[in-house]
Amino acid sequence: MAAGVLTGVRQVLRGPRLVSAVFSCHGQTFSSAAAAPDTGETKILNFPLTQPDYFRLSELFTLKDLFEARVHLGHKKGCRHRLMEPYLFGSRLDTDIIDLEQTAEHLQRALNFTAHVAYRGGIILFVSRRRQFGHLIETTARECGEYAHTRYWKGGLLTNASIQYSPGVRLPDLILFFSTLNNVFQQHVGIRDAAKMNIPTVGIVDSNCNPSLITYPVPGNDDTPVAMEMYCRLFKMTINRAKDKRRQMELLKGISASV
Amino acid sequence: MAASGCRGVRSILWKYGSYGKNLFVSRSKMVPQLPLRQIYVASSLWKKNLAAAGPQKFTQEFIDKQVEEFEVGKRHLANMMGEDPETFTQEDIDRSIAYLFPSGLFEKRARPVMKHPEEIFPKQTAIQWDAEGRPFHFLFYTGKQSYYSLLHDVYEKILAIERHQDKMRNKGLFTSDTKQILLTGSRWLLKEEIEENLVENISVQDYMRLIQLMELLLSMPYCSLEEEFILKFRKQLEVQSSKYEIPALQYDPQGVAFSVADGRRKSAKASITLRDSGSGNITINGRNYLHYFPVLQNREQLMFPLLFVGMMGRFDIEGSVEGSGHSAQAGALRLAISRALLSFVSEGEVEKMRQAGLLTADPRIRERKKPGQEGARKKFTWKKR
Repeated sequence: MAAGVLTGVRQVLRGPRLVSAVFSCHGQTFSSAAAAPDTGETKILNFPLTQPDYFRLSELFTLKDLFEARVHLGHKKGCRHRLMEPYLFGSRLDTDIIDLEQTAEHLQRALNFTAHVAYRGGIILFVSRRRQFGHLIETTARECGEYAHTRYWKGGLLTNASIQYSPGVRLPDLILFFSTLNNVFQQHVGIRDAAKMNIPTVGIVDSNCNPSLITYPVPGNDDTPVAMEMYCRLFKMTINRAKDKRRQMELLKGISASV
Repeated sequence: MAASGCRGVRSILWKYGSYGKNLFVSRSKMVPQLPLRQIYVASSLWKKNLAAAGPQKFTQEFIDKQVEEFEVGKRHLANMMGEDPETFTQEDIDRSIAYLFPSGLFEKRARPVMKHPEEIFPKQTAIQWDAEGRPFHFLFYTGKQSYYSLLHDVYEKILAIERHQDKMRNKGLFTSDTKQILLTGSRWLLKEEIEENLVENISVQDYMRLIQLMELLLSMPYCSLEEEFILKFRKQLEVQSSKYEIPALQYDPQGVAFSVADGRRKSAKASITLRDSGSGNITINGRNYLHYFPVLQNREQLMFPLLFVGMMGRFDIEGSVEGSGHSAQAGALRLAISRALLSFVSEGEVEKMRQAGLLTADPRIRERKKPGQEGARKKFTWKKR
């Protein structure tokens, strides 16, 4: 069911104008090399999400890796969120088990989307409110060259940005939630704000989280250190791959850096 | 169609501020030939609250011009005063300005001043993102980037020390009695000082969190690895007793040491000569102290400084006092004796005297009578109707 909704979204996103609406709502325009012939690179710039795995991200992880990182372990039956039921495989001894086949699919799609955003020089914001992993996430973000926010989320950071920061600020083009709940088990304000500002989100949703407003939910465990380290590693590798590919393309084909 | 859309957007940006214009113009220079995509965006995004977010108050060029003018002005001032422009320091500038523009204003900050622009114009943050709009700092979107990056660094150091501890434990070399950082005589920087360093406003809770983290760092056995980092956040306290002016020890023709000091209390002024002869006589205004101060309390006041340092019978005191009443005169004499004693006493004793209150001048003076009242505090009889 969720997979069907997402493929529908992908079909809608196929048109170039709406692709630009997703990426460029924040005061920036992106120029396309439409004048050049329709080669592979321009195709990837105009119709990015038609190719399922341009950056070959499925070789970064296997189902076995996810299992060994304990991504399948959810919370107890009492904490289960109703909208997470399609993603659960079942429950064993009251603990919910997340369906790793669905997780793998969703994770691959999320990584692909992140790679495309990074390829186009988009700003990616890593968000999490778990203090246990805050330092790890900030370090990962710094090493990728992207941005992190693992601290107290002030009210108007996205919605009131021109006053909170300076008038000409550029908002993030993608927000990655490594845990969608904040410290009082409520949904992180960033999810709703990103939806208001038309910023796509990728979120690791555990069995007690609400996956509705997130563009690319990834059902998985967000409590175990092994699982979080794996996610950080995967996203870092994705972003680095995409940026390296971009640099390569710029050197070879001379595409300008503004795209 | 796309091009006209772009022009329309650009004109909106022209109206609403220089940043957008600069950003736009530079980007269009980079991609001159290629058509631009349409942007569909709510108009509320383009409208800026100009009242709330003012433009950057002083641009870097303005400040550079001010610095230039200051340097030139400094040389002119040196020439005017007839001094060498090369070795004209800030103290010389202050002195010259005070000479050329004498001001009787009480408020020191209202007087004419000539200082380097760095000290006059407040430090401001420059634009924090590059030409593409990507912020420079990885914690920019938190709002308080310097503060949170500081917390990040402190936590990083804590983790590094823990890893070091584990390594030592593995090797079997772990000891709890390692070199500890000396913290006596210093205090943590205040919230205002940290705000100044970070060029950001932080709340009280933020400040307390930072101090908590630093204390955590200090509680670890191997914290001496990060001593330099921690001492950056501590400020040395000056020793209070070093501020006192000790009267010079003089010698009279017989070789006897003596010192002279003054003291005041209410409106009494006293002057004391303390001679190191060794009899313990006290003469005030030419009369013996027993005659001058019949009241025991006043004589005790005279004794107290000598009793405190334990040099009762060692000195000969010759004093003159005028003004006010007997108690105030005794107090003035006591302060004068304590000050004169400073030249005969060691450093540690000076600190002890200061803590005993012997060197503090009593600031209490007679409160004035107010109109509509009987005295300073006493009111006229209150009548209900």
